[in-house]
Amino acid sequence: MTRGQTRGQTRGLTRGRPRGLTRGIMRIVLRSLRQHALSTAITVLSVALASGLVMAVFAIKRQSYEAFTGGPVGFDAVLGARGSQLQLVLNTVFHLETSPGNIPFASYTAIAADPGVALAVPYAVGDNFHGYRVVGTTDELFTKFEYRAGHKLDVAPGGRIFTAQERGAVVGSVVARQVGVKVGDHIRPYHGLQFDEAQQHDDDYEVVGILEPSNSPSDRVVWIPILGIYRMSGHVLRGTGRTFRPHPDSLIPEEHREVSAVMLKLTDPTAGIYLDQAINRQGKSATLAWPIGRVMADLFGKIGWVNEVLALVAYLVVVVAAGSILASIYNTMNERRREFAILRSLGARRGTVFSAIVLESTTITVLGVLVGYVVYAAILGAAFVAVRAQTGVVLDAWRYDPALLLTPMGMCVLGALAGLVPAFKAYRTDVASNLMPNS
Amino acid sequence: MNAPHVLEVRDLRKSYRSPEGEHTLVVDVPSFRMASGEQVGLRGPSGSGKTTFLNLVAGILQADGGSVHVDGGPMTGVSESARDRLRAERMGYVFQTFNLLQGYSALENVELGMMFGRGVDGRYARELLGRVGLGHRLRYRPRQLSVGQQQRVAVARALANRTKLVLADEPTGNLDRAHAMEALALMREVCREHDAALLLVSHDPEVLGHFARVDDLARLNRATSGSGITMPVAEPAPGVGERA
Repeated sequence: MTRGQTRGQTRGLTRGRPRGLTRGIMRIVLRSLRQHALSTAITVLSVALASGLVMAVFAIKRQSYEAFTGGPVGFDAVLGARGSQLQLVLNTVFHLETSPGNIPFASYTAIAADPGVALAVPYAVGDNFHGYRVVGTTDELFTKFEYRAGHKLDVAPGGRIFTAQERGAVVGSVVARQVGVKVGDHIRPYHGLQFDEAQQHDDDYEVVGILEPSNSPSDRVVWIPILGIYRMSGHVLRGTGRTFRPHPDSLIPEEHREVSAVMLKLTDPTAGIYLDQAINRQGKSATLAWPIGRVMADLFGKIGWVNEVLALVAYLVVVVAAGSILASIYNTMNERRREFAILRSLGARRGTVFSAIVLESTTITVLGVLVGYVVYAAILGAAFVAVRAQTGVVLDAWRYDPALLLTPMGMCVLGALAGLVPAFKAYRTDVASNLMPNS
Repeated sequence: MNAPHVLEVRDLRKSYRSPEGEHTLVVDVPSFRMASGEQVGLRGPSGSGKTTFLNLVAGILQADGGSVHVDGGPMTGVSESARDRLRAERMGYVFQTFNLLQGYSALENVELGMMFGRGVDGRYARELLGRVGLGHRLRYRPRQLSVGQQQRVAVARALANRTKLVLADEPTGNLDRAHAMEALALMREVCREHDAALLLVSHDPEVLGHFARVDDLARLNRATSGSGITMPVAEPAPGVGERA
């Protein structure tokens, strides 16, 4: 509608929409929302919770799946004791769960020499430091391993990597921050994977380096030379099948040595196929978890029903929210019948009154989904902190997910639909009988 | 294209169906006319079908038969939305209870009256409220105004669309005598100034005494003339023959 039109002077019936009608309807809608401020606020909040919850369920599902299955673990396969591939992966890649047992050192040297293996890093587990894993390994973890393409586990300035023979520790960034250790400190590991103050070893380790944060599970580990695990007071080795108690500071014959797992980087996928064939199908003594992403995907497949339940709950909340929109507007209908009758007597068409109500429910929904993003951010923020604290895996809370658009859109459609019922009631308001003072 | 008559009613009929299913004729007006700018007092005792008659003229109710033209525009035989539009653009209605919207200020009430008609013109709305003596009460809600002031907002709203015809249903019924006469004088004056005809229904002889032309609805309306007894209709159901 152009400004220059002089509707006031038009003699015939005007066509189209009168000037200010849209703004006027919006004013009626906003006034009504303000007049019922409490009910509006509660309804907006319930829409926000519903929309935030649905978005969060979908985003967390997708992002945790991607973070744990295709995330930057850096290794292709894990060789470990005969048993569950999942346990092996959880234990070595994510430093969760217990170790399924050890394999002889010879298995490590054998697979490291395989032409299909580009990098083999041994892990020996069994101790903790204030609940954080102490993992014995070699310096290849820092010099050759890339946890993400082009990114190595770097030691922060002022520190260095341990040498194989010394009692030195490289501490993950989370451990350093949480426990409060710095380069030059001496730490004493505790026996076992669960923290128990009574189980402290007598062995002192000097912190020689702190790792730069990598946002990976490695941030939550204290790394020491693998020989250190062998020599730790009270540890026994059964590499030959018989118990061997190593003496500190003495050489340990290789046949007595054990490793908990060997982390593998393969030259190409075909290596995985034949190693899988040789170790898992023909061999009897070890297990190859390969590929790591598939192992974790199997886990998500098994716990998929949890997501289904969460999604179902979220959908139910959406239905409740839509119902509360309907109820909150419907409840105002009786007191507003007279208002509609007056508007009609002023020349408002049935359709105008109808669309005002649908616009009202849609406005509530739009406000709700906007607040819903705050709810979403809060839920994801909490999940982000929890997942990182438990696993060291970082979810990307701000990454785009289709649910972030589709959920609000669907919610708005539902909100408009919820407005149809009261709108129809307004549409049918009888003008003549409702213009009476006390009807 | 000024129509010779601002209101022209012919053979207007309306009947209601009682809960027993009987049709009761409440309005049967063979002819009623008002010239442009004319002011007519209509004597309407209760039971004379005055509210129904006014609602038919305003197009709020649909007639069963006959015709109503307002400023040349048909109010019968057309769709509901066409009636809504004609009402919005050419008529104003002052109710006994004023029917102001409680949640809105005096100015907003007048602007709401414009919204569905010729469009909102805030300056004209202020001007009208100023004319009825409420220039200093633009932002007041109806509850914050006296009854007389509310009545004046209703008058301003009725004229908001540069109306050709103002219908008033006992507009002074809720005012005390002194205020009623004052309000009546103001309403007649403002209508005259704004070139709007005024059809005022009342049963108060003193109010009606101010009008040069006073008609008696009980006489105009054959459905109630004489005894006021309602008569059964020997006619087809409502709606049939509407366009005849």
